[in-house]
Amino acid sequence: MNAVVQAQAESRYLLSGNEAVARAAWEAGVRVAAAYPGTPATEILENIALYPDIYSEWSVNEKVAVEVAIGASLAGSRSLAAMKHVGMNVASDAFMTQSLAGVVGGLVIVVADDVGLSSSQNEQDSRYWGRFGHLPILEPADSQEAYEMVKRAFDLSEEYEVPVIVRMTTRVCHVKAMVTVEGERIEHHAAGFQKNPQRWVMTPANAKPRLPLMHERDRKFRELSETIDLNVAFTGSDRRIGFITSGPAFMHVRETFPNAPVLKLGFSCPPPLDKIRAFAGQVDTLVVVEETEPLLETEIRAAGLDVRGKDILPRFGELAPNVLRPAIKPLLGESYEVPKRSQASVFPRPPTMCASCPHLGPYFALSHIRNLNIIGDIGCYTLGAGHPWNALDTCTCMGASLSMAHGMDKGRGESDQKKHIVAVIGDSTFLHMGMQGLLNMVYNRGNVTVLLLDNRSVGMTGGQENPGTGEDLHGLPAPRVDFAKLVEALGVRPERIRMVDPYELPNVVKLVREETKMEEPSVIITNRPCSLTDRFEHLRPYEVIDDQCTGCGNCIDLGCPAIFVSRRETVTAKSGKSKELVFARIDANACTGCHMCVETCAPEAIVQQQPQNRVIRIQPHA
Amino acid sequence: MLDRITNILVVGIGGQGVMTAAEMLARTALSQGYDVKKTEVAGMAQRGGVVSSHVRFGPRVYSPQIDAGEADLLIGFEAAEALRWLPYLRPTGVAMVNTLRIAPPVVSVGLYDYPLDPIGELAATGIEVHAFDAGAIAEQLGNLKLVNTIMLGAISDYLPFPAEVLRESIVEGFRAYKPKLADVNAQAFDAGREAGHVKAVSRQTAA
Repeated sequence: MNAVVQAQAESRYLLSGNEAVARAAWEAGVRVAAAYPGTPATEILENIALYPDIYSEWSVNEKVAVEVAIGASLAGSRSLAAMKHVGMNVASDAFMTQSLAGVVGGLVIVVADDVGLSSSQNEQDSRYWGRFGHLPILEPADSQEAYEMVKRAFDLSEEYEVPVIVRMTTRVCHVKAMVTVEGERIEHHAAGFQKNPQRWVMTPANAKPRLPLMHERDRKFRELSETIDLNVAFTGSDRRIGFITSGPAFMHVRETFPNAPVLKLGFSCPPPLDKIRAFAGQVDTLVVVEETEPLLETEIRAAGLDVRGKDILPRFGELAPNVLRPAIKPLLGESYEVPKRSQASVFPRPPTMCASCPHLGPYFALSHIRNLNIIGDIGCYTLGAGHPWNALDTCTCMGASLSMAHGMDKGRGESDQKKHIVAVIGDSTFLHMGMQGLLNMVYNRGNVTVLLLDNRSVGMTGGQENPGTGEDLHGLPAPRVDFAKLVEALGVRPERIRMVDPYELPNVVKLVREETKMEEPSVIITNRPCSLTDRFEHLRPYEVIDDQCTGCGNCIDLGCPAIFVSRRETVTAKSGKSKELVFARIDANACTGCHMCVETCAPEAIVQQQPQNRVIRIQPHA
Repeated sequence: MLDRITNILVVGIGGQGVMTAAEMLARTALSQGYDVKKTEVAGMAQRGGVVSSHVRFGPRVYSPQIDAGEADLLIGFEAAEALRWLPYLRPTGVAMVNTLRIAPPVVSVGLYDYPLDPIGELAATGIEVHAFDAGAIAEQLGNLKLVNTIMLGAISDYLPFPAEVLRESIVEGFRAYKPKLADVNAQAFDAGREAGHVKAVSRQTAA
């Protein structure tokens, strides 16, 4: 396939890969689309939501999203599910069986890998799912290809009655590039669900006959891979190295070695082994450039071809030109020195919680209470592991906090005997995969104090809606789950369900102390919205009256990024001990008036600004 | 139309408008008939982290990423961020830097130091560095959010297409979506454009 079609200026748009997927889904006649937010895939559904002819929803997790898409497909509708790479782990149960049963309406699963690990808990290669589930993987290299391949994926899905995975990476999802848009939606008639128990009821008796059919399908895909125009060879004048590559790595290869022959695999699973063999015959050395695992490399080597790959290239991270050059040049007998550049030593800027973030209160409390093992989860509150709170001890995956905490309680070791075990989880993560952990803990008579930090949004991905928000994907009013009732229904005793305003610090500290002493599951639920969403109300900012500030530094411990150190002084007490005083200042431009810091200030040096006092200006911070 | 690729790196902190500025540049380059790619690493940028946005345009652009030592233009929305990304600038490149200093909490609490004189350090490399206080101009115009347009104005005479083209595409955008802000953004662009001609600090140091 021609990667970028030369087109008239009028029809070209600068689109991110995610926007291109949404556009393609609309044009392909998709009728149902579902996702759970996750970087870098979040914007796919946010953009699909802009097309009124598609039913679209935030599902509570990726497994649900895929099952919703499967149901729509069985009714004959084209459907799409989108997720980040780790979401596919959650969805895999449904996926692995439906890939056996097959689909009716085209079903495309768009999986976005966080290659380079900028916003995830691991870096995993979703191309494995094609091998595991015996189905095709399409790998776009940029927005134009994302647009074209999603449409192709629907055709393939219907022709072969199988889900098709479009594997994106951050460098496709979030890169804006030119897309030539065709612009017409083609409606696809949905005939309705046709009852066929042998096909759709996956009991052993019905599933077994599907196995040979699946392997027959594999054979057809191997043949298709040899001829499909998504697998295309680019000739090159310098035949010393021929590259086999897929996804955005193709762009990096073309950038770095413009004269080398390249076999680009847009339909990379199963790989076209005959085509690869023919290509290998035209070049001196074959190098596979793939992100991230050596999948194609292993399959090509198993086919008996001599190939280089991860012996010279990294097995993780992006294979950008600055990585390719030093790895490949020596193969050409060319020396390559990494340019020596003076690396300025500049402080880090780790992500931090926001001004008036409702998580600040609970973390202030957790950082001031001793003897806690704090089992964390996925969300903004994972930042509690950082400075100044240092109050989060684990983070593994969505919903793990409750079950891991329960396991730690049951498996207490020597140093845990006098400790209290706390689980920290957000509203959306709790609804995604946390409820089962709580149910399990109650049922098995565990003893964990749960902090359910309800900020009424999926915070880390940009404040998306969830069943606790009271709004749906489109911002329309939706039924809102009552967390207290939900937790009670799961079996937590009403006495142990405590609601708290996270801005009322003394109460938060008191409740955490009280509940951790209880020898049964308890849940503390906070109730302030994420301060980056429009559900949050901005108030007049606060300021520090300098000559009333005693330098105790308590407000700094809150970790609010609107509070800065204005100066430090070392004083010597009567006892002869020296002590550092830390005086604070509040940035009026960043402060949203939540008053949390007032609670930390004994001398009452923090006061709300009078309206006329507010001066909007930039203050130097260092 | 320039027959080689132009690499522009826009850097700053989440919330400063770095990505919007890069988007503006990319759209304008597209309107000039270039192939364009724009990418950023902004994983958790809204949480006070570093944002860097790469804009590449030319006859045909493959990789969206600018390599170290390959940027023609570095637009720094914050002084220390400009210093952090300086190795991405080619020796013949130009850095346009807002002198604003924003220290993160890890600096504020004393774990790290903010560079004493980031502009001086930039200048010491001998690279062409222009630095001015975009915030002060924005303040005079009455809206801090104008820093974005001011910075675009400042680099507008360092692009392979006329400054007027960028100005028009910014002002047009506001006219279409936020007409009340069109005039003040035009003023901000012009003020930035003038400020962008401030004498390069590196040469001042050398003199």
